[in-house]
Amino acid sequence: MPELKEYAKYVGSDIIDELELYAAKLKNVTVQNINSTAVGGGVAEILTNMIPLLQELGINAKWDVIKGGEKFFEITKKMHNALHGQQGNFSQEEIDNYLETNESNANQMNLHGDIIYIHDPQPCALIKRKQEIGRKWIWRCHIDFSRPDQFIWKFLKEYVEKYDVSVFSAPSFARELTIPQVLIAPSIDPLSDKNKNLPQETIDAVLESFKIDKNRPIVTQISRFDYLKDPVGVVKAFKQVRKSVDCQLVLAGGEATDDPEGGQVLAEVREVVENDPDIFLLLLPPSSNIEINALQRASTVVLQKSLREGFGLTVAEALWKAKPVIASAVGGIPLQVVHKYSGLLTHTIEGTSFAIKQLLQNQPYAKKLGENGREHIRKNFLITRHLRDYMLLFLSLIYPEGDVVYL
Amino acid sequence: MSESNLEPFHFYTRQNLIYLTGRKAKNISELLAGIKELPLSSIYHHTHHYLEQFEFLTPEPPNDYAYWIKNILQDRLLGEEIASLDLSQFSTLEEIRNKIIEIIEVSVQRNTESLQRSAPPGEEFYFKKARSFISQTKYISNNLTEFLECLKNVSIYSIYFHVFESRLRGSNSDFSTWLATSLNETELAREFLRLDPYLQTLDSLRKFFVGLIENRLKENTNART
Repeated sequence: MPELKEYAKYVGSDIIDELELYAAKLKNVTVQNINSTAVGGGVAEILTNMIPLLQELGINAKWDVIKGGEKFFEITKKMHNALHGQQGNFSQEEIDNYLETNESNANQMNLHGDIIYIHDPQPCALIKRKQEIGRKWIWRCHIDFSRPDQFIWKFLKEYVEKYDVSVFSAPSFARELTIPQVLIAPSIDPLSDKNKNLPQETIDAVLESFKIDKNRPIVTQISRFDYLKDPVGVVKAFKQVRKSVDCQLVLAGGEATDDPEGGQVLAEVREVVENDPDIFLLLLPPSSNIEINALQRASTVVLQKSLREGFGLTVAEALWKAKPVIASAVGGIPLQVVHKYSGLLTHTIEGTSFAIKQLLQNQPYAKKLGENGREHIRKNFLITRHLRDYMLLFLSLIYPEGDVVYL
Repeated sequence: MSESNLEPFHFYTRQNLIYLTGRKAKNISELLAGIKELPLSSIYHHTHHYLEQFEFLTPEPPNDYAYWIKNILQDRLLGEEIASLDLSQFSTLEEIRNKIIEIIEVSVQRNTESLQRSAPPGEEFYFKKARSFISQTKYISNNLTEFLECLKNVSIYSIYFHVFESRLRGSNSDFSTWLATSLNETELAREFLRLDPYLQTLDSLRKFFVGLIENRLKENTNART
C-alpha cells in the first residue's frame, strides 16, 4: 500500500503536514468501520484505500464486515433501490430478516471501537447495541437519498436518529433529522491500480485483449450493470451518435457480492445492443482495476448517465485522467462536473447523444474540459481531502461544542 | 529599518467540517428567511467556501447566494448585486448577513417579479454551515526573513486563516497587524492590505505576499550596502 508521503507529489507536502497535525489529536483513537461487503462497490474500495492511511497517521482504524445470507442481501438491495426512490413493498418477513441479521451480527461482533463507523443501510440497525455499550456512533450514507421511499425511510430513520452523527455525500441528500448531518464527499486514490499512471503498452494490451480498435474513438461508461446507471439509455444515445460519427462504445461493469440484480440488467442491455460489433459489454471481476484504468485512459469521451447516484466515483476517476465527461446532474455528480467548465451535464438520451457528438468533433473543447476536471479533482476529491474530513469528523465527536474549535 | 523580536508570529491553520442543515429554499423569500434565521456559521460557509473549493473559478462566482440567484433563479440583476458585495469591507459575519438581507429586501421591493421566480426541482438552495477546527502549525517567525520562509511553506489553509478567518473571528492574528505592530513594517503592512483578497486565488495571494516581502528584503540589503 502507498505511504502518505507518496501523495505529496499530487497535493503538496504542506497538505500532508497538515494531515499529520490533525492526526496528532487523534493518536490511538480506535475507529471501527463496519459495512456489508469486503469487495466490489465504492464503499469497499474507499475503505481498502483509507484504512492503511488512517493507521499510518496513528489512528487505530479497523474494518469489519457483517455476515448475511442471500435473502438478507436481496432485501438490502431492495432497500437500497427504495432509498434511491424506487417504490418498494416490504413484507413483515423481510423487515424481520433485516432486523434478525443485524441482531445476530450485533451479538457476534466485537464492537470495540471508541468510534463505531457504520456504512450504509445494511448494518444500520447495529446501533441497538449503543444503549448497552455506549461509544460514539457514526452512520455514513453513501447512496442517493434525495427522494427515498417514505416507508423504508421512516423505518430506517428510527435507527439513524440513535446515532451521534450522520454523514451524507451531497447536499440534496440532507433529511430532517434530530442528529447533526455532515457533508463528506468520497474520493479517489491517485496511487491505486485504478488511477495510477499506466504505460501506453499496458493500455494497448488491454484494448487488444478485448478486441477494441485503438484507432477509432471510444466512448465509455464504467459502472456495474444496474438499472440506476441506465446502461440501456447509454446504448440508445450511442446508437444515435453512430449514425453520423464513427465510434465504439464500451460498457464495462464490475460485480458486487451484495448486488443480485446485475445479471438481469446485463440481459436487458444485450437485447438492445443487438450484436452490434462496435459495442463492447465487459463484465469484469473485482480484480480488474488495471483494466478499468486502461479503458478510461483509452477513452475519447467518458459517460456517467446515472438516474440516481450516491456520488459517482467513476466521474472523479475519469476527470482525474483528464477525460472529457458527460454525466447526469444527479447525486454528487454536480459537485464534480461544473457544467461547461469541467464537463457537460445532460438530462436526456437526446442531450447525451448531442454532447457526445459535440465532444468527439470538437477536440480542443473536449481537452480543455478534461484539463479543468483534473485540476478540480486534484483540489477537492483526492483521498487526502477525504482523510482530512474523516479526521475532522472524529474530532467533532471529541469536541462537540462551538462553531470554532481551537485544538 | 530594524527588525525587532517583540512578538513572534505563530502560523495557525484551520480546516472546516461542513454540516447540512436539512433546510432548503426554492425561491427568494425562502432564501431570505434562511439567511435571517440560520446561524452565522451558515453565512460564513456560503460566502467563503468558494475561495477554496472552486478556486479555479475565482474571481467568480464569489458566493453561493449570488451563484444560485443568478444561475438557478435566473435573476441576473439581484445576482450581480450580491456578487458585487465587497466582503473585504466587513469585519464581522453579522455585518455581511445584514448587508445581504438589505440588498435582497431592497431588490424585492423594487422588483416584485423576483418573488415569482422559482428553482426547478432538485436545484433548490441547500443551506449548509461550517465548523472550523483551528490548530497551531510548526511554523513560527521572529523576523521578516523567517516570515518569508514560513509563508513559502505553510499550506494555503494557513494563509486562508490569517487573511480571511482571523479578521472575521475577531482575532488579531492577521499578517498585516503583526508586520505593523511587531516589526514596525507599516508600509509593508499597508501593501498587504491593498489587494482585495476575495478576488485572488490562495496560491496567487501567497505569491503576491512573497513578492512584497522579497522586494522589502532587497531594499533592506541595498540600504545596508
